[in-house]
Amino acid sequence: MKSVLPILSVIAAILLFWVLSVIPMNMHLTADQAQRDGLVVSPETPAERQTYSGLGLVLKNPGLISLTYTLERPRLPSPHQVGVEMWDTIFAKKITSRRSLVYHGWVTLSATLLGFAIGTSLGILLAVGIVYNRAMDMSVMPWAIASQTIPILALAPMIIVMLGSIGIQGLFPKAVISAYLSFFPVVVGMVKGLRSPDEMQLDLLRTYHASPTQGFWKLRLPASVPYLFASLKIGISASLVGAIVAELPTGARAGFGARMLVGDQYGQPIVTWAALFAAAITAAALVGLFSAIERLTLRRMGMQAA
Amino acid sequence: MTGTAIISALAVWGAGWFINTRLAGGSMAQTRGIKLLVPAIFGLTILIMWELLVRLLEVSPVILPPPSAIAERFGQELPLLWADFVQTIMKGAMTGYVIGALAAFTVAILADRSDFLTRGILPVGGFMAALPIVGTAPIFVKWLGSDWQSKAAVVGVMVFFPILVNTVAGLRDTTAMQRDLMRTYGAGYWATLFKLRLPAAMPFIFNGLKIATTLALIGAIVAEFFGSPTVGMGFRISTSVGQLALDLVWAEIVVSAIAGSAFYGAMAWIESRVTFWHPSQRK
Repeated sequence: MKSVLPILSVIAAILLFWVLSVIPMNMHLTADQAQRDGLVVSPETPAERQTYSGLGLVLKNPGLISLTYTLERPRLPSPHQVGVEMWDTIFAKKITSRRSLVYHGWVTLSATLLGFAIGTSLGILLAVGIVYNRAMDMSVMPWAIASQTIPILALAPMIIVMLGSIGIQGLFPKAVISAYLSFFPVVVGMVKGLRSPDEMQLDLLRTYHASPTQGFWKLRLPASVPYLFASLKIGISASLVGAIVAELPTGARAGFGARMLVGDQYGQPIVTWAALFAAAITAAALVGLFSAIERLTLRRMGMQAA
Repeated sequence: MTGTAIISALAVWGAGWFINTRLAGGSMAQTRGIKLLVPAIFGLTILIMWELLVRLLEVSPVILPPPSAIAERFGQELPLLWADFVQTIMKGAMTGYVIGALAAFTVAILADRSDFLTRGILPVGGFMAALPIVGTAPIFVKWLGSDWQSKAAVVGVMVFFPILVNTVAGLRDTTAMQRDLMRTYGAGYWATLFKLRLPAAMPFIFNGLKIATTLALIGAIVAEFFGSPTVGMGFRISTSVGQLALDLVWAEIVVSAIAGSAFYGAMAWIESRVTFWHPSQRK
């Protein structure tokens, strides 16, 4: 609890930096707009103004500072503009509306969760195979580790087109990318976890005359749970990024990624920023959810987080 | 035809698996050669099965080109691939990586002087590192134009938080005993920083740097999907997908895989030189 004040101060500092950056970032646009509205701006022509930096222009026209926060299409929206847009599109719109961020969020989230479920299940199965089969361990494990150094996300556009050309569209291609991104962290973490019981514990089971199956269910699997949760938290945020990126290059109509693109292409930066923040909140909520489940589970099992 | 394809693919799989089982179960299994050979055979088995299935089932190259076609295209397009590599990796990813890492070190060392700031930065930075920062790409492309500068900016922001969190955590990783020893030597803040705390933080810092290598490549490639000059790996991937030239897309993916592994490998190598004293690096 004693960290609350430091955390709030850091967040306040970031917000302050943002609020202050709005002024020089938007100054050129504001000056153009102010001139059209008949205000006195110095220097007088846009071409002359271009020779000034944002900060220089602020010093020349201190009277325009308050206007930088009210532009309809700012270069950098201020926090309150993003907040208002988010309030409008999350709470004030019906969730079936195409302008509702809840609707777009659900499109992205459903792909994320489906992909995450597939990726995690396959990852756990492969990890069990790797732990119990030496040949599989030696063949697959180096590739699983190496694959983490590869920008897998670059595959996203191709997977969408590949699945599209054999007639699969919509939710599933995005889920495939999400699954792919959550798969490898889970494999690597789970293998580590299933191997975490030490010789002493394995020997103890042997003295109990436990079968390998009992060894798995009563020792290895419970021992792997802290590692599993650590991987799940990495995997779920990777899955969400995967689903968002999968929407970007393919001209998707719905989802956080689509919303960001719409804002980008139609020159509505506030829409892009609102979608970005909504995605960030979703990611934070998912990771927070898994942390909570982790704490509850580990407490009931009498363990500490890995 | 389908039958032969599946049977021959299964035969290849069986042969590869048989060799690997023998090698893994053999008495030589712990030697370095076998440890490299087994995954190599596994990779080769997959490639041969891929080639066989695509050729025998006559899968359209628009869906999945065979590995041989990808290799051929790779050979033909070397100058193009090199230009893309320079644009995306050398200019975009590397510049951003260096800027992001330097900014993270600076902030970490400044914040480190205050316990209050450290306690705030660790959770906030950890939280930011989990966010989909790559989504800021369209914003940076708007601000900085479509050339490599905007890619470097996205990469810089993406790598900043993991490196910051790891550096801050690393700088805290000295025991009271070690700090007391430095005090008995009469060492001031800077001497303690350079002689004790930075070296002790190195394993953490390199952990952050290694995580950031993959992020840097992802950022640079994905940011190009939002606008780029007519060169670059992300640009090539998105346009070639549109032209259904999937062999070129795969060739770019091979380049990105090689670049990613090499970048990570280089960091791991530097780490082993710098932190040779750490238990995880001792032979």
